[in-house]
Amino acid sequence: MIAMSTMLNGVLLGGLYALYGLGLSLTFGIMRTVNLAHGDIIVLATYLALITTQVLGLTPLMSLAVLVPVMFCIGYGLQRLILNRTLKDGMMPAVIITFGLSFVIQNGLLLGFSADRQVLRQGAIETMGVTLAPGVTIGVFPILTLAVLLVMIFALQAFMGRTLLGRAFRATSDDPATAELMGIDGKRIYGLAMGLSFAIIAVTGVVMGIRSNFSPFDGPARLIFAFEVIIIGGMGSIYGVLAGGLILGIAQTIGGAINPTFFQLAGHLVTLGILVVRPSGLFPETIERD
Amino acid sequence: MAESQIVTPRPYARTSSAALPLFALAVILAALITLPFWATGYTQRSVLEFLYFLALAQAWNLMAGYAGMMSIGQQAFVGIGAYGLVVMAEDLGINPFLTVPLAAILAVILAVPVSWLLFRLKGAYFAVATWVIAETVRLTVNANIDWLGGGRGRTVRSLGQFDRHLREDLGYWVALALAIIAVFGVFFLLRSKTGLALQAIRDTENGARSVGVETRRTKRIVYLFAAAIAGATGALIYIVQINVRPDAAFSINWAAYVIFIVVIGGIGTIEGPILGTLVFFFLRDMLADLEAWSMLIFGLIAIMMMLFAPKGLWGLLNTHRPVLLFRTARRLPERFAAHKEGE
Amino acid sequence: MALLEVENLSAGYGLFQALRGISLAAEEGETLAIVGANGAGKTTLLRTICGALPAMTGRVSFDGTSIENSSAHQLARLGISMVPEGRKLFPSLTVEDNLIIGSYPKRKGFWTVERVYALFPELVKRRNNRGLDLSGGEQQMVAIGRALMANPRLLLMDEISLGLAPIVVNQIYKSLPEISGHGTSVVLVEQDLNRALSVSNHVYCLLEGHVELSGLSAQMDRQALIDAYFGANA
Ligand SMILES: Nc1ncnc2c1ncn2[C@@H]1O[C@H](COP(=O)(O)OP(=O)(O)OP(=O)(O)O)[C@@H](O)[C@H]1O
Ligand SMILES: [Mg+2]
Repeated sequence: MIAMSTMLNGVLLGGLYALYGLGLSLTFGIMRTVNLAHGDIIVLATYLALITTQVLGLTPLMSLAVLVPVMFCIGYGLQRLILNRTLKDGMMPAVIITFGLSFVIQNGLLLGFSADRQVLRQGAIETMGVTLAPGVTIGVFPILTLAVLLVMIFALQAFMGRTLLGRAFRATSDDPATAELMGIDGKRIYGLAMGLSFAIIAVTGVVMGIRSNFSPFDGPARLIFAFEVIIIGGMGSIYGVLAGGLILGIAQTIGGAINPTFFQLAGHLVTLGILVVRPSGLFPETIERD
Repeated sequence: MAESQIVTPRPYARTSSAALPLFALAVILAALITLPFWATGYTQRSVLEFLYFLALAQAWNLMAGYAGMMSIGQQAFVGIGAYGLVVMAEDLGINPFLTVPLAAILAVILAVPVSWLLFRLKGAYFAVATWVIAETVRLTVNANIDWLGGGRGRTVRSLGQFDRHLREDLGYWVALALAIIAVFGVFFLLRSKTGLALQAIRDTENGARSVGVETRRTKRIVYLFAAAIAGATGALIYIVQINVRPDAAFSINWAAYVIFIVVIGGIGTIEGPILGTLVFFFLRDMLADLEAWSMLIFGLIAIMMMLFAPKGLWGLLNTHRPVLLFRTARRLPERFAAHKEGE
Repeated sequence: MALLEVENLSAGYGLFQALRGISLAAEEGETLAIVGANGAGKTTLLRTICGALPAMTGRVSFDGTSIENSSAHQLARLGISMVPEGRKLFPSLTVEDNLIIGSYPKRKGFWTVERVYALFPELVKRRNNRGLDLSGGEQQMVAIGRALMANPRLLLMDEISLGLAPIVVNQIYKSLPEISGHGTSVVLVEQDLNRALSVSNHVYCLLEGHVELSGLSAQMDRQALIDAYFGANA
């Protein structure tokens, strides 16, 4: 019974982690650079949701109607106005810029909101649970998270597989120079990919803020989990994100069940283990480019 | 850029004005060595900190700027050096100052298997993996090894055997030695055959491999050198600070400060990190009372530098006047220089 | 006025000049062959025309507008398509997706996925394979089909016979009349002089970045062309 509830909790936690990884996987797979501010941008989105709920009096989930387009525009602007300017110099400038951005966001949030932990209040759903069997109770909101994740994964998969723009994303990921010959403006694609990633982050941030409290310095830990999801699942693979999230969540809860201090460590060890046996992850989609 | 170098057939351009920088270098070195005798304790402590940041920055710059290995996980070796100090000085009874070189060796020994894992990864994966490894080591030390004091860490009590002034002076000279080893170690490494191989790798890794440059071996030398410097620095830092805690010893801030320093000064030169460390300390002092603002401003500066002066302050100075203190660059005449296509 | 006019064009890589003052012109519906030894600058010429490489000096005009400062993705939308050297299929896309991505410039015209399949029927059974699972000949057909999907007015083809068995080359060249039959002008790079002469209206022979010899294919003296190819008069 304990084993079962551990697994279930791992799966539900994995849903949140997969959500962390989804937005990052998209940009990682297409631009081939890491956004080191990814975790901080998730936290930023949570604070933006906090402001939106306070100012407009919306519930956190309703605030997404405002937040998703706003975040899309921020991401698109970041890529087009800043990151695209450094493309020709390899991945190092983008990595360093996002690294700097991470410190800007963390400390900006600290200045604006203090280090106090905050929460998003969605209401009763936060604490609702369903009892599957005696001793096995799971939260309704984590299940909802998993559902949101699945919907986004299927939608993203359909977008990438069935639409012309989605194919252009994949072609640009494969070979940006040849994609240009097909009339694809790589810089625009990168902008749209970052915008889409930020839109996903908006959802992620709100879900995170409802599930747990948050503070300005929570970003780096989210970033590491997001990375681990991608490393486990394989670069560029959308279903890999799901697998990576679940494996990471289960690894952590099993580790934590053995000894509470093994919680995060177990996740790191599984990740490093995957890097040893399969450096490109379990389900790599994106081809090696070089 | 350096017109005079284009015509010289010799591998290193040497001009008669080389005497002046050498003289300046000698004066600066003499001043640094004698500093404990004439400077205030505050100055000495600041310079000490400057020296070990310089050592870390040189090592990171060699790795990232020359060998293309973008690590955000050098804090792993800083922490390993710190805990090397604790174990060797406290549990094995070794003189704490002697643990500094031993910590370097310890870091290298641990860096070898880490490099097996890392060197299978490219670009962004490499960067991420260095961080995950550092976090893994931190969490391992943090929670699971009681002997190392868990999250509270441990204190290096055996340092109590030294008089405070003696400890500070010895620590200072060790830091100076470390900085000198880092700066000149990088300098001589770059002027050796390894340096040529590094330049080839930086220009195009696959191209270098196809003309027989042993990229892997070269990169490993660089990686182990950087680990040694970080390990020694870790031991040194906690000779000064005495209390070792995992969160501080394995903090990502070690990587962050060093990246800011190198980006501000200029990536891919020896002079850049020196200038960068100076500017960094100056800014940090100015912003000392505004903690959150200072990190925010450092972040902004890093972004601005990458956008508007990717070669750093040293690069800005150098576009007008080639004042190379350290001649490491072997330049092809312009017309033969490798040109990359904008793909 | 010709559809494509290149005047005194120079281009290259960094300071290295691979093209030194090239001039040529292609009329609507015409086929041009570019021949020349390895390193003569044929690929560089096509890449400069299609905007993948910036021109250093000189002019390129397409249907009367100057395009030497346009980027490749803009020119694709204007109707210049490229079959790049080495085919360059998108490896993670299926054959069909590779074709569909060719329609990204959203230009209306004769060519559709079904018509490309009709042109190269062997691709039909491969439609769900990834590009790299195909034989060299099939890959080349996909690369040509992908370029056609943009319904280009000008099609640039770089060594489509590279590394293919003669039978396969024949088969691919058989599709050329059908392609130009729909009004598309073709500029093709070809190492085989006989083939170049037989499929083109005009032939240009490049040598070390300039046009060494050019003329109507039908009237071209084969020996003169061979001499130009090897730079015998240089
Ligand atoms: N990316 C590049 N960087 C530097 N020089 C290049 C590059 N590509 C080609 N060159 C040089 O430019 C010149 C012209 O090359 P180009 O590829 O245009 O020749 P080509 O006629 O297409 O030859 P081939 O028959 O081998 O395809 C050659 O001297 C070549 O070495
Ligand atoms: Mg060619």
